[in-house]
Amino acid sequence: MTETRRIAFTLNGEKREFTVSPDEKLLPLLRRSGYKGVKSGCSEGGCGVCTVIMDGRAVLACLLHAFQADGREVQTIEGAGDFEAPHPFQKALVEENAVQCGYCTPGMVMAAKALLDKHPHPSEERAKEYMDGVFCRCTGYEKIWSALRKISAPAGGQPHGS
Amino acid sequence: MAARNFRIVNKSVPKRDALSLALGKPMFVADLAPENVLCAKVLWSPHAHARIKSMDISAAENIPGVEAVLYHGNVPRVPHTTAGQGYPEPSAYDTFMFDSKVRYIGDRVAAVAARTPEIAEQALAAILVEYEPLEPVLSMDEALREGAPVIHDEPEAHILIPVPYEPKRNIAAKVGMDHGDLEKGLKGADFSFDRTFETQYAQHTPMEPHVALAYLDAEGRLVIVTSTQVPFHARRIAAQSIDIPVRRVRVIKPRIGGGFGAKQEVLLEDLVGMLALKAKKPVMLEYTRAEEFVSARTRHPMRVRLRTGVMKDGRITAVGMDVISNTGAYGSHGLTVVCNTGSKVLPLYKAENIHFQGTAVYTNLPVAGAYRGYGATQGYFGMEILVDEMAEAIGMDPLEFRLRNHIRKGEGSPVFQALGEGKEGVEQKIDSCELDRCIKLGAKEIGWRRRKDHTKKKGRLRTGIGMAALMQGSSVPEIDMGAASIKMNDDGSFNLLMGATDLGTGSDTILAQIAAEALGTDMEHMLVYSSDTDLTPFDVGAYASSTTYLTGTAVQKAALKVRKQIIEVAAEMLGKPPSEFDIIDSKVVAKDGSKSLSFKDVALRSLYATNQFQIMDTASHITHKSPPPFSAHFAEVEVDTFTGRVRVLRYVAAVDCGTAINPALCEGQTEGGVMNGISYALTEEYLFSKTGKMLNPSLLDYRIFSMRDKPEMKTILVPSYEKTGPYGAKSVSEICINGPAPAIANAIYNAVGVRLRTLPLTPEKVWRELQKMQPAKITVTAG
Repeated sequence: MTETRRIAFTLNGEKREFTVSPDEKLLPLLRRSGYKGVKSGCSEGGCGVCTVIMDGRAVLACLLHAFQADGREVQTIEGAGDFEAPHPFQKALVEENAVQCGYCTPGMVMAAKALLDKHPHPSEERAKEYMDGVFCRCTGYEKIWSALRKISAPAGGQPHGS
Repeated sequence: MAARNFRIVNKSVPKRDALSLALGKPMFVADLAPENVLCAKVLWSPHAHARIKSMDISAAENIPGVEAVLYHGNVPRVPHTTAGQGYPEPSAYDTFMFDSKVRYIGDRVAAVAARTPEIAEQALAAILVEYEPLEPVLSMDEALREGAPVIHDEPEAHILIPVPYEPKRNIAAKVGMDHGDLEKGLKGADFSFDRTFETQYAQHTPMEPHVALAYLDAEGRLVIVTSTQVPFHARRIAAQSIDIPVRRVRVIKPRIGGGFGAKQEVLLEDLVGMLALKAKKPVMLEYTRAEEFVSARTRHPMRVRLRTGVMKDGRITAVGMDVISNTGAYGSHGLTVVCNTGSKVLPLYKAENIHFQGTAVYTNLPVAGAYRGYGATQGYFGMEILVDEMAEAIGMDPLEFRLRNHIRKGEGSPVFQALGEGKEGVEQKIDSCELDRCIKLGAKEIGWRRRKDHTKKKGRLRTGIGMAALMQGSSVPEIDMGAASIKMNDDGSFNLLMGATDLGTGSDTILAQIAAEALGTDMEHMLVYSSDTDLTPFDVGAYASSTTYLTGTAVQKAALKVRKQIIEVAAEMLGKPPSEFDIIDSKVVAKDGSKSLSFKDVALRSLYATNQFQIMDTASHITHKSPPPFSAHFAEVEVDTFTGRVRVLRYVAAVDCGTAINPALCEGQTEGGVMNGISYALTEEYLFSKTGKMLNPSLLDYRIFSMRDKPEMKTILVPSYEKTGPYGAKSVSEICINGPAPAIANAIYNAVGVRLRTLPLTPEKVWRELQKMQPAKITVTAG
């Protein structure tokens, strides 16, 4: 058996401690700790459905080692919103009927949250830069894109502005 | 015909599970695994074709933490098909849980269940296998060569239905038809063509790879929770492979992370089931992404030879289609996919002389199966390019040429009658067709009139516009059945119980819309549960573009029966005959306006007060036709003549799916199909080593399109009213994946004069063709 170590990080605003092995990735740690909203699609950084936010940046939980989260602040889909108070992007996704199978949706939400936390009214190019890492095979991205632009397009009548 | 005045139907109500999914609630198979679940892993064949001379699993079994090891020596040997189709399946019984022969790199050799993934991997490494490599068959031509190695030499290989099946010649299926005289039609034509098109290996890549979980319940029954499009077929086929009665198995389908046909396949259920029976503990098997590429299912690669004749006035005299389809190592969907290449493509254009021959061959390559479009995708690639070529030869606008020749309302096709799924087809006349309007509205949206001939284009970057016309079907007529039950609760709400499988399409929502419309209630009062073989009535599952048209009608029938019961109880309560009542907004209202009762009043009376009974009913439906949805697609591309790179700038899809039960979800199906089709057209492709090993089984190396790749997309829903469908609905799920490959290929030709007939349409292929042309003058030739 490999040696284990204790790490601690803030998870959705709550200080948590975990026992991990040096080679364990953040994704299995989160899932075995009950954060089942974080999805697994390829475990090699190819699809983005496991996207979480670490210290304000969208990161791939399948590529990070769990110990890399030590001392950091991690947000998962479970912290993004709930039935009573969904995140505006979650609400927009529902309104635009942008959720099909929903397997990529947590990753899309976290990518969008990382974007909107920093850039509430991003340019089209910046929005695509943030959202590009999460694959969706169901929607063709069209309605996910319109949900995002609905809540974030720059004011002043330039929804397709730079 | 325009949509009727509906209350709930034809409205874009939110998908009922959308918020829960967006919140990341635990709804998928892997989210539901108990903490003590064992991890299953599979040992895959490293050989394309080999006999297993000997195997020793004892070392693996002795590793602490290993709870079960399966291989051909300790499991039942039951020939079956993994194709999740109705019984008797029109696919060959050529598969075993494990066999002493392996037939492709990625074939099953053994499976283990262990306490941790690490121990499972260790166990796989400890299994000793001695192989006797055989000569592999790595192409369709090699498969058909006289004296080629026989892939299925086992005596059990057979097919249940009376169709040609010749495993000794590597032929998994054969189907054909002739109407009129092809040769005569070709000879009599002003221009005749003979073209061959090739399509590639591609994968569905659902974001959730295949996953299944099995455990024994308190009574010792086997429960399989699985990501499947076909829970009832999964129950039947898993029980068959494990060799236990169907009644010993319960299959539960939670939310599904996409399927697109990949999950119309019973791939993992028998393995996890057998492992759970052996270990007597819960077991879960999750495919890795690499396993999803290599050992799940793919789109059948095809070679499609098309011969056509056309008169100067635009009349098509003959269409001949000869298809060779590569079904890989097993014949899953081998017959029906290649049959569909003819049956969903050939009826679109009228011709006096029609020939079709489809042959599916075995190779020692990954296994093909059902994939959205189901053979039509491969057929339309060639057909819609050739339609453009024919139009060009006679100097007619390809748009006009399509308008002139496509099938119309009131017309039939000899193809409908001749080609069914494993048997003769069903004769049908088209009752709803708005393809004309689809073509015209789409053309207007893309700006067809500004389209110029490629010879008039200059500069490094050149744009072009191309189009394609399409049809598909809605359900498999006279074969597939869907059923639904509806029961009323105390508060006037309803449980809608269905075997139909929402794999992300939104069928739970649209079927609830249909029920709410028929019952006279709203979406809030509809509680939907699908699918559980113990709790919900039978349904063939989500395939063949059937759920809305087939199960939707079952739901509508069940709802109308429940509606009648509600009115009867209210009539009894109010002392008037049922004929004097109507239902308006969840109330039973006397037609003269004098009295009304809420659904709650009716429910409480029926459950607790007088003449108590459960207001509830069940209805089943089979269809007698398969009304095609129609669509016209338009692509505008930009070709970089220096690099051959093709960018899709704009894409327009105009779709006649009958009444759109939920327009936003119909748009979603269209946009998703189009995007998948664009990605398939431009980049997606399996690459193989010389030994038949897939070289790019990763989303990093097999690229699917992302948000940045999305062109400007426009979906136009063009309503028609299909009187045999629920509230006028047909289907929408598959058709639109068929358009991008030909529309983009035609747009590339319009931009730079390069005709590509092999998918994908890569920069290298475009560039090579451009090199051949330059500096020679670009010329237009008829065949």
